[in-house]
Amino acid sequence: MSDRFETHEHDVLVVGAGGAGLRAAIEALGQGASVGVVSKSLLGKAHTVMAEGGIAAAMANVDSADGWKPHFRDTMRGGKMLNNWRMAQLHAQEAPERVKELEQWGALFDRTEDGRILQRAFGGHTFRRLCHVGDRTGLEMIRTLQDRGVHMGFDVYMECTIVRLLTDGERCAGALAYWRETGRFVVFKAKSVVMATGGIGKAWPITSNSWEYTGDGMALAYEAGAELMDMEFVQFHPTGMVWPPGVQGILVTEAVRGEGGILRNKNGERFMERYDPKRMELSTRDVVARSIYTEVKEGRGTEHGGAYLDISHKPAEYVKKKLPSMYHQFKELADVDITKGAMEVGPTLHYMMGGIRVEAETAQSSLPGLFAAGEAAAGLHGANRLGGNSLSDLLVFGRRAGLAAAQHAKETPAPNLDEGQITSGESEALSAFQRQGGENPYAVHRDLQKVMQNLVGIFRIREDMEKALVELAKLKERAAHTSIEGSRMFNPGWHMSIELKSMLTVSEAVTRSALMREESRGAHSRIDFPELSPEWGTKNSIIWRDGSAMGLRQDKLAEMPAELKQVLAEDK
Amino acid sequence: MAEALLKVFRGNKDGGQSVEFKVPVAPGMVVLDALHYIQGHLAPDLAVRWNCKAGKCGSCSAEVNGRPRLTCKTRMDSLPQNEPITVIPLKTFPVIKDLVTDVSWNYKVNKKIPPFTPKPGASWKFYQDDVDRVQEFRKCIECFLCQNVCHVLRDHDKYDQFGGPRFFVRVAGLDMHPMDGVSRTKLLKNDLGIGLCNITKCCTEVCPEDIHITDNAIIPLKERVVDEFYDPVLWIVREIRGARET
Ligand SMILES: Cc1cc2nc3c(=O)[nH]c(=O)nc-3n(C[C@H](O)[C@H](O)[C@H](O)COP(=O)(O)OP(=O)(O)OC[C@H]3O[C@@H](n4cnc5c(N)ncnc54)[C@H](O)[C@@H]3O)c2cc1C
Ligand code: SF4
Ligand code: SF4
Ligand code: FES
Repeated sequence: MSDRFETHEHDVLVVGAGGAGLRAAIEALGQGASVGVVSKSLLGKAHTVMAEGGIAAAMANVDSADGWKPHFRDTMRGGKMLNNWRMAQLHAQEAPERVKELEQWGALFDRTEDGRILQRAFGGHTFRRLCHVGDRTGLEMIRTLQDRGVHMGFDVYMECTIVRLLTDGERCAGALAYWRETGRFVVFKAKSVVMATGGIGKAWPITSNSWEYTGDGMALAYEAGAELMDMEFVQFHPTGMVWPPGVQGILVTEAVRGEGGILRNKNGERFMERYDPKRMELSTRDVVARSIYTEVKEGRGTEHGGAYLDISHKPAEYVKKKLPSMYHQFKELADVDITKGAMEVGPTLHYMMGGIRVEAETAQSSLPGLFAAGEAAAGLHGANRLGGNSLSDLLVFGRRAGLAAAQHAKETPAPNLDEGQITSGESEALSAFQRQGGENPYAVHRDLQKVMQNLVGIFRIREDMEKALVELAKLKERAAHTSIEGSRMFNPGWHMSIELKSMLTVSEAVTRSALMREESRGAHSRIDFPELSPEWGTKNSIIWRDGSAMGLRQDKLAEMPAELKQVLAEDK
Repeated sequence: MAEALLKVFRGNKDGGQSVEFKVPVAPGMVVLDALHYIQGHLAPDLAVRWNCKAGKCGSCSAEVNGRPRLTCKTRMDSLPQNEPITVIPLKTFPVIKDLVTDVSWNYKVNKKIPPFTPKPGASWKFYQDDVDRVQEFRKCIECFLCQNVCHVLRDHDKYDQFGGPRFFVRVAGLDMHPMDGVSRTKLLKNDLGIGLCNITKCCTEVCPEDIHITDNAIIPLKERVVDEFYDPVLWIVREIRGARET
């Protein structure tokens, strides 16, 4: 034991206390493993708490024709067939069971007339499928999981940030972290590590994501030798707030459209008629986001550069009951009463489809002992995620990751920790303290956001992305020369100096993958390659660390078995 | 562009002072935006908690011009113009640094509350009417503003004997769950000290989720306690109410 840092040992270390991490921890505990859960924020504050619209599961409580097959079909079609079909199948099959389980752990969903869980319509879902609690589904989910885990007895390390994964030869052996409060280091020794760290939205300025979404999990896994997949698929949610400036990017839940909200341009036209007359407002997110963007670009945007979203034709009481937090959000932050008038909305960076490459059944990454689930993992959503499919993803694959991580821990001896990795991790984390007169890390962050927004946004083109790579290289240089003031105690400037590195890694991965994929598919739209390419439709983009460079290749998708092809062919 | 003057507490458990910052004001800006501006341009080491910036996570609580608020929902234009805006950490919890306080005590209290435990043979069929009432309590975002204003904690430091309004809400959310099958009444009386609450309603006034903490959670829970034990405050309230209502 060193006096530089404390050490904790667990069978399973879960990084992240959102839905995926908590569900993984619960499952691993159930297997008898000793489990530690680490999170950057306080318990209960992860992104999952903000989820609004609902959780997709083919329970068929409202539309009796629903079942795993239609859910599978919708997910694959929404993902433009780039999804890992096995994950999409498991997800559709297991989600209803996971939701019921959540109910039995105490979650209280809105009810149908006959006393079952109520389900609402959402973009890209053929049937009414989203189990919900008004527009605060994520809060109900995280409290339920949190409470269950706490009482089952996991150890929680909150406000503790992982800065490096430790390896023992070819396996993951634990992680190095610091306490936000004191700035002191902590070493976790673990037989299995589950990455459930969420997404990367903070690399863009207009985003629904919080400060936590700096892509740490993906960047750390990459550094440790795991592969990343399909990093070009970054979801812009069509409806973020656009006015006033301070709230730009804050999410307006898709449930507004699910409950009947209508999109119009400044001329009052219901423009979705031109882009997707069949599904209209409830088309998939990639389509709606591009439609709004195009309306604005062609001069038909609202005063503040968005579209109008209107739900005021519904009875005021209904709106307040089904969308209470939207009602308050607009009233308090934008002086708009949504029961009387329209909201102004525009695209906001929301979700990362790509991430750590995992095996479908076990959620194991390409690095033995390292697992990943939730937004940090890739595969389920393909080129575009359907609303509601994330919360169900967290439960289905969180559980699978926890199970496999506990199993792996049973089968493997304790790893050895390498003092050298710890020391170099510490000195790298502290480097900004050693420098003087350098730039403020926040300034570098702002410029990174500009680069990603302007050059790797909704519509992409080769020249822009090549320029982005040049800019990213410069930003990397600047990030390596930032300096900070103050002490190690709760110092956000210092934290930013470390998180910048993760953001730069994932930004580069997004840009390189996007440059490589010469087609438009789902959330990835190339102006210079506007069509779907059958050739690219058979390939995943893979990123890995090749020494100090970023390796890039294409891997062929596995062949779909005949029975699933059959399911896709059976349309309704 | 207009400017605002913020006086922000800077310090730690050993003390500190308020420091002035000038921040440009944009339309619709909230206090948290101003704090972010300070972090981004003037004092990168300013410690602040936040996550959602939309009133959903309960991270960004502080006392703004003396009132406990979510800084992400406090509009700058709702505060008196041309006067400095003071921002200090929640008073009831020990300061860690700047606006960040040590709220770990709350997590300890929560751990004492028996989790949801389904009734044996629960059918899982229940109706919106059964959940409407209890869903109110489950809206709680754990901002701890109610804990911060409750005098039992704030002025009398009864951390060992009292759970605080947040956890009365929590217990109400579990106890009134239509499928829950355990009683937390004894816990309310003994460990959470609900008898110490004298229904001042300060907690209800600050709740950003508009939970009627006193009327809908605390009083009914007190009733339950009285049915099993005795609560002098409730006795008086019942007397007054009874007198008024009849
Ligand atoms: C406003 C909003 C509304 C949404 N609505 C819906 C919806 O209605 N339906 C739906 O299906 N999806 C929705 N989503 C998406 C969904 O909420 C997220 O994708 C999902 O919650 C992610 O869960 P997670 O468990 O993967 O990660 P999170 O819940 O984000 O948790 C990540 C965890 O990792 C921790 N962490 C990260 N980095 C580190 C590190 N370096 N060290 C230690 N810990 C770390 C964080 O502290 C956090 O605890 C919404 C998202 C947003 C932003
Ligand atoms: S009503 Fe009770 S719990 Fe609420 S602030 Fe007053 S004394 Fe505290
Ligand atoms: S009851 Fe209200 S004030 Fe208290 S913690 Fe919950 S949301 Fe905050
Ligand atoms: S930042 Fe989430 S409530 Fe203010």
